[in-house]
Amino acid sequence: MSDHSHSHSDAHGHSPEEVAKHKRVYIVVFLALLVGTVVTVALNYLHFDSKALTITIALFVATIKATLVACYFMHLISEKKTIYVLLGATVFFLLALMGLILSSYGGYPNGTVTH
Amino acid sequence: MEIPYTSKPRPDTGIYNSKVGIWLFLASEVMLFGALFSSYILLRVGAGEGTWPHGLLSIPIGTFNTFVLITSSVTVVMGWAALQVGNFGRYKVYQAITILCALGFLGIKSFEYRDKFKHYEVWLKNPITVHQGGKAVLTDRLLGHIEYQGHHPYFWTTPRLAGSPEIKDKDGKVVKAAVAAVESFKFQPDPIHYTMTPKEMAHAKAEAKGHAHEVIEIKSSDVKRLSAFIPSHSTFFAIYFTLTALHGLHVLGGALVIFYIWGPGAKMWKTDPQRYMNRVEVSGLFWHFVDLVWIFLFPIIYLL
Repeated sequence: MSDHSHSHSDAHGHSPEEVAKHKRVYIVVFLALLVGTVVTVALNYLHFDSKALTITIALFVATIKATLVACYFMHLISEKKTIYVLLGATVFFLLALMGLILSSYGGYPNGTVTH
Repeated sequence: MEIPYTSKPRPDTGIYNSKVGIWLFLASEVMLFGALFSSYILLRVGAGEGTWPHGLLSIPIGTFNTFVLITSSVTVVMGWAALQVGNFGRYKVYQAITILCALGFLGIKSFEYRDKFKHYEVWLKNPITVHQGGKAVLTDRLLGHIEYQGHHPYFWTTPRLAGSPEIKDKDGKVVKAAVAAVESFKFQPDPIHYTMTPKEMAHAKAEAKGHAHEVIEIKSSDVKRLSAFIPSHSTFFAIYFTLTALHGLHVLGGALVIFYIWGPGAKMWKTDPQRYMNRVEVSGLFWHFVDLVWIFLFPIIYLL
């Protein structure tokens, strides 16, 4: 093993063994995402009577899929503190934004036709 | 002037600057899509009973496009991993698949859009009897396709039926030719309407299979309102086109950047491999974000 063969990987601190491990994780996540999609669509064809249940399941699976993408494809599972702080602030402002918008529920401008 | 820390990590943050940059940008993107998603929820829960269209988008097509986007996301990370061990050839193959997936996604999406632009809802002044799923139904709201003078027209709305006069400019030159009024048109009604429950809809679709489509003649004077499935049709289509078109632009932008790095920008692999890998990683982060947005868009727009 010469130093030269490692020149690219050393700079980033990923050995070939590590990369091989990463690739296995990527494939597992990929399969999980496919399964998640199939599950969401299949459950949708069952037509539950409860609308709340349908929405909850669909959003639950979507959240799991999004978490997998963010953690493994976007490497958030092992990121530096700077990124976490930045994203923490983003989550705070996102929740504030959504709260502000959704708090106007039930308020209609005068003359709105709702049916 | 050289931009600092594009290849080596900055000592205090421990990461190279472009990564902080892309995450800041993605934070702003989260706010953009967050605002639109919230608007969607607000519009949806505020809509009157039975007014929110559902079941008008093709679930198989949407599902297929979801697979396409997920595949493109995994090829991005696999390509990046190939670069980590110096396998440039394999990286080229993976990213080529990514770019093809992006084009495939956009192609399928534009096919869907085109289909919507010539699909119609007609609100009639008086209810008529049509056959829906083997049953005769009295209704004043029909979904379906228009046939007029041998064509399936695009983008029609109510004013089109009245036609429009010739428009001339100051010098008397015709700027826009007169459009003749539509006396009547042929209409091929769908067996479904979004006022049905999902169960009724599935039933009506199954019943209609194998039956010949009926074609009815509708007089323009009987039409209260008419609209193609375009933003002015309803709040649903307005937010549908806003969200999916904005997402589509992101797919296009991301694909262009990935293509540049993959093609003309690939020279950097020889001169500064670490910086090149960072570019691949940063463009990949954007790409995964676009995938992530679709992961939420697909269920809320196609399924719920």
